[in-house]
Amino acid sequence: MTNYKLSLENISKSFGTLKANDQVTLDVRPGTVHAVLGENGAGKSTLMNILYGLYRPDEGRILVDGQAVAIDSPRAALAAGIGMVHQHFMLVGQLTVTENIVLGMKGQGLKLDLATHVRKISELSQSFGFEIDPEAEVMKLPIGMQQRVEILKLLYHNAEVLILDEPTSVLTPNETGPFFELLERLKSAGKTIIFITHKLDEVMTIADDVTVMQDGKVMASLPKSDTDPANLARIMVGREVLFQVKRSSHASGPVVLRLADVSASNTRGLTALDQVTLEVRAGEVFGIAGVDGNGQAELAETIAGLRPVDSGRIFLSDSDITQTSISDRADKLGIAYVPEDRHRDGIVLDESVAQNMILRTYDRAPFARFGFFNPGAIRDHAERLTSAFNVRMQSVDQEIRFLSGGNQQKVILARELEGEPKVLIVAQPTKGLDVGAIEFVQQQILVQRDRGVAVLYISTELEHLLDVCDRVGVLFSGKLMDTVDSSEATPERVGLLMAGVAA
Amino acid sequence: MERVYRVLFHLRSVWAIIAALAVGSILILAAGSNPIEAYYTLFQGAFFDYWGFASTLVKMCPLLLAGLAVVLPLRAGLFNIGAEGQIYIGALFATVVALYLPGVPGPLHIIMCTLAGALGGALWALIPALLKAYQGINEIIVTLLLNFVALHFVSFMVSGPMMEPGAPYPYSPEIPDTLFLPHVLPRTDAHFGVLVGVVIAIAMYAVFKRGVFGFTLATVGRNPDAARYAGMSVRRHIIVSFLIAGACAGLAGTFEVLGHRYRLFHAFSQGYGYDGIVVAFLAGLSPLFAIFSALFIGGLRSGANMMQRAMGIETTVVEAIQGLVILFVAVSLAFRYKVTEIGKAIARRGELEQALEDKTSDGKE
Amino acid sequence: MESLLNPQAITEILTTSLRLSVPLVFAALAGVLSERSGVFNIALEGKILAGAFGAAVGAFFMNDPYSGLVVGMLFGMLAGSILAVLGVTFGVNQIVTGIAINIFVLGITAFLSRIVFGAQANTLRLPGFKAFDFPGLSSIPIIGPVLFGQDLMVYLMFACVGLVYFFLYLTPWGLAVRAVGENPAAADSAGLSVPKLRYGCVIAAGALAALGGCYLVLAQVFLFSEHMSAGKGFIALAAVILGRWNPVGAMCACLLFGFFDALQLRLQFNYQEVPHQFFLMLPYLISILALVGLVGKPRPPSAVGRHYRREAK
Repeated sequence: MTNYKLSLENISKSFGTLKANDQVTLDVRPGTVHAVLGENGAGKSTLMNILYGLYRPDEGRILVDGQAVAIDSPRAALAAGIGMVHQHFMLVGQLTVTENIVLGMKGQGLKLDLATHVRKISELSQSFGFEIDPEAEVMKLPIGMQQRVEILKLLYHNAEVLILDEPTSVLTPNETGPFFELLERLKSAGKTIIFITHKLDEVMTIADDVTVMQDGKVMASLPKSDTDPANLARIMVGREVLFQVKRSSHASGPVVLRLADVSASNTRGLTALDQVTLEVRAGEVFGIAGVDGNGQAELAETIAGLRPVDSGRIFLSDSDITQTSISDRADKLGIAYVPEDRHRDGIVLDESVAQNMILRTYDRAPFARFGFFNPGAIRDHAERLTSAFNVRMQSVDQEIRFLSGGNQQKVILARELEGEPKVLIVAQPTKGLDVGAIEFVQQQILVQRDRGVAVLYISTELEHLLDVCDRVGVLFSGKLMDTVDSSEATPERVGLLMAGVAA
Repeated sequence: MERVYRVLFHLRSVWAIIAALAVGSILILAAGSNPIEAYYTLFQGAFFDYWGFASTLVKMCPLLLAGLAVVLPLRAGLFNIGAEGQIYIGALFATVVALYLPGVPGPLHIIMCTLAGALGGALWALIPALLKAYQGINEIIVTLLLNFVALHFVSFMVSGPMMEPGAPYPYSPEIPDTLFLPHVLPRTDAHFGVLVGVVIAIAMYAVFKRGVFGFTLATVGRNPDAARYAGMSVRRHIIVSFLIAGACAGLAGTFEVLGHRYRLFHAFSQGYGYDGIVVAFLAGLSPLFAIFSALFIGGLRSGANMMQRAMGIETTVVEAIQGLVILFVAVSLAFRYKVTEIGKAIARRGELEQALEDKTSDGKE
Repeated sequence: MESLLNPQAITEILTTSLRLSVPLVFAALAGVLSERSGVFNIALEGKILAGAFGAAVGAFFMNDPYSGLVVGMLFGMLAGSILAVLGVTFGVNQIVTGIAINIFVLGITAFLSRIVFGAQANTLRLPGFKAFDFPGLSSIPIIGPVLFGQDLMVYLMFACVGLVYFFLYLTPWGLAVRAVGENPAAADSAGLSVPKLRYGCVIAAGALAALGGCYLVLAQVFLFSEHMSAGKGFIALAAVILGRWNPVGAMCACLLFGFFDALQLRLQFNYQEVPHQFFLMLPYLISILALVGLVGKPRPPSAVGRHYRREAK
């Protein structure tokens, strides 16, 4: 009857009152690439974690080759022929490729026969064109190669179904092509691939079938040939996407923030920003578009002062601030910064809402005098800001970790906008937020623009950018490809720039 | 009900002590004595006897200061197990100033010795701090190793350059009696140093509770990236916290010399630095409670001598009981809000919040 | 200097070096094993002492050194189990647990030795392992007596070094242990049980470190005295660092430290004007310099000292 390699039937999973997966049904044909498409928060990862045995579904069942299987651990998943490559690789960097691959294998005997494994892995690697040295130490391999090690590991463990969770997010654009070729080879060898992504273009390139998820539900499941990008986008966001600027154009003032030939390195010491020159005017929202990892984070950090420049200069209203410290940029110069990774940079999860509200102004009156805090002033300040920004919480003394992502973001926005900044840098402010929170964030950005703030808005979500930006610059491999007026910015044009094709 | 549990939870050090004393009573029985009588003698002697209490205070002083030397860096997530070495170097600096700077008026000279001692401890602590701040080298290992370097170095000094001529055992000459610390209890050994320790503890408590430095130090410990974003220098906090911690431990060594022994002995500390870790954890890492935990451990030690004199029970039983106290304190640290039903409920709430977060960020594991 | 450089003296110093290294090597092997699995083992000191006490108790009651060995190892494993339960299962800070074990063992063995051995504690003459000569080999000049005229435990020590090396680098379990110490999350996702592996290593480490204590009692002094471990556990920790968490490297570091110790004893005896304390400091100083990168940069296992708790439900 059925000739599906893998079927998920009516899978549901709730966390508290939230339905992360709601009656999800998914059929995957053997030897195909099946894309699971959805925005952040659509329930893709939850579904895959169920398939991989990390979460237990509340209801529903999983069938492999038509047979129901119980998957209660990653090991059971692998026994059923299902393997997963996480976004964060599960590799031991200090061990070699072979050691990583044989780690945890049963039936090894007393003495580990590494030589045989090395030979077999080498053969397997060659047969698929992985180009991996089985005896290399994993931490010395580039990220793209580490990803291949993960895939090789699954193949060596005889996985038939490979789940790849946003695999291209760690790849540079020039690694993506060869990676897709690799997937084609795996497919022609009969492997089945489930490809999780939120990028439409990747679906159109590599997938045979596509399932679109939204709010934990399957919105559509269809062969790629039956659809087109616009149709997929519409299903994915559940509304007609209007690639159109909704606001009237806006008179902008003088140049406030100027970058002149700024280059900077990422944490691994590689060039992440390559001679970027840009200007942001007062009362303007300047958008930075681009595929994640093309230098956006480094750009924001360089302007905020968290990352030193290798060369070039940064000017604020004509004064050189290249060497100014982080706190001086925030305090004295009025550069507000909403960082991309909230939990890492923006807030301290173990501290209260009130303390997080003064994270960047803690040593100033009225919050502190003679080295000691004035709790009354801190509390009043927090209460005023949280009510102005409608932050939902029990009290300002509550630890901020218990707030939802949207409310945490509101705390950061409230804090950063409080000092009436001249420049506002917002990096991926809508990441992981629900629709209401996204709207709120975008409104705040527009309010600031109308106040005359120079806003630099970094986002990988093109629609969000086009909603609010006056001009959009596109970063590709650390270079600013081009800047387009948003009235002339069509998705096609920006999309080409994002792919590194100059106009 | 949750509040009751919370209170019980916060008293976990007390439960640990009670459990340890209960097991300890078996040891006393094994040694052939009546535990109730033994404990009565011990605590009566340690806390309700004038001379005994004085002796408790003498022992409390280095324990408290060493405890504070552990508490402060831990606020930033740094482990100082080098208080022992900082005590030795502090004592060495103080003794050098005491012995080789004659002609300074007494009170001023005492202050100079004290500052020198604090400086010595701070400098010794600066080594691991710099290695941590600039090289990322594990401070636990370095502070531990430096303890032995300090121990042997002081041993060299008092058996060589600073040795009292003709002494049968390695120790320095006696410091001038103008430098003997004033006593807080008349006619006893209980010296002024213990008051200094209590004042520092209270000051540290105030800074932790309301001070800007307490906040930035905690922020550096909890989230270094956010601390940097907020303009706090992670390196400076590592260094400053170790400097202050080293100064505290250095004072412990200084007061041992100026207040108690009046000369520098080879291997005089006998583990006060490690006991400081015990004091710190028994106090739940609160500088204020450290006063009480140091008092308790000090009392246990001085009471043990009383017990030995009065009942003929070996002081080793107190060492064993102290070991038990520490072990049970360690066990008590295992209890989080998840052992009882209420605890489980609290834990579940945390998990729920976590799950909500997973949902919004699409459950990246 | 003539009394230091004649063949007789060299043989003596080398023999003493080896004998002083033995407890360090056992303890350092324990340190390597447990830290490779990700558990910081500051409790080595307490485990040596527990082993020494156990050895004395076993040898005292059964009047035979092999029983001493068995009881000593059991006591060490007991101490290791405390570290495992608190540190691995309950996630209590490994440093605090280790220090608690050290102080507890110090107190309890001091107390119990008075009860068990009574007044004769310091005059005991327990049965032990005697040195014996390999015929022929032991008459090789200089190194013959050093290598082939020792007691059984010395050869046991060399065997243990080989065993731990074989285990860590040539067996699947050793691979698993190394993975757990570097990246427990990855090991977990490969289907390995992080707690089980750590329990195994920490308890085995207890037995190994205890052998160091057994050696003190059964081959060196033939009695138990309070705090007879005298900081050897900490020197062993230094040796683990200098030996870069490798059993053979740790052994070499211990032999070096043993040599310093032998030298300083000799100096203390023959040349009192030379400050022997500097030789006592050397193991620690060299290890610190090693950490700083002046003697080759060692890198601790990434997850050492960190409690691992699985995140998924």
